[in-house]
Amino acid sequence: MRHKNAGRKFNRTPAHRKAMFRALLTNLFRHEKIETTDAKAKELRRLADKVITLGKAGGLHAIRSVASVVNDAEVARKIFTTIAKRFPDRLGGYTRVVKLGRRMGDGAAMSLVEIIGETKPGKKDKGKTPKGEKTPKAAAPKKPKEKPAPEKEPEKPAEPEKASEG
Amino acid sequence: MALPKRKKSRARRDNRRAHWKATAVTYVTCPNCMEPMLPHHACPSCGQYKGREVVHIEEE
Repeated sequence: MRHKNAGRKFNRTPAHRKAMFRALLTNLFRHEKIETTDAKAKELRRLADKVITLGKAGGLHAIRSVASVVNDAEVARKIFTTIAKRFPDRLGGYTRVVKLGRRMGDGAAMSLVEIIGETKPGKKDKGKTPKGEKTPKAAAPKKPKEKPAPEKEPEKPAEPEKASEG
Repeated sequence: MALPKRKKSRARRDNRRAHWKATAVTYVTCPNCMEPMLPHHACPSCGQYKGREVVHIEEE
């Protein structure tokens, strides 16, 4: 029976696996989106959710717990100051995995993992905007200064929207 | 130990292999650029998935 056997092992020792996921998590939070194999991407979701939940909790214990996972103090700070602030109303499911096809060389299925609500210029936000609107409404009384900023950026990349209509 | 009594004929070998078939890859048409793409994947030609750009692909 495979009861209580969640997770993947990736043919690695526990130490190797832990090191690999720490690196992946750090880079996911640093760049907001990373490409990796589909299996690693799917495993990364559960780990990233836990770190973001810690980021929402705040407090010294959470800070130290995050620092014990993330390899970079700057990125750990970002989790508390930026990333966790995006999800006041969302209980988990902070990441999105999109399949990208197969890698040249070994044919491994590749995926893009991203933190939801990321607003980088040059990226289209058509699909995200409806979701993004909900969050600021609820969060508006609390932090009106921070929320409008990520809302404005989606307006810039208007070109990809045209492309989708054509 | 059990051993084959005689060599399998070419016909038997080939008949057995007649059922080894490659299956066609399932694909769908990208709603944005109309190119064929794998279902549940970002489009490799325009980089879009579910109406948003997932990967940026340079135009020629």
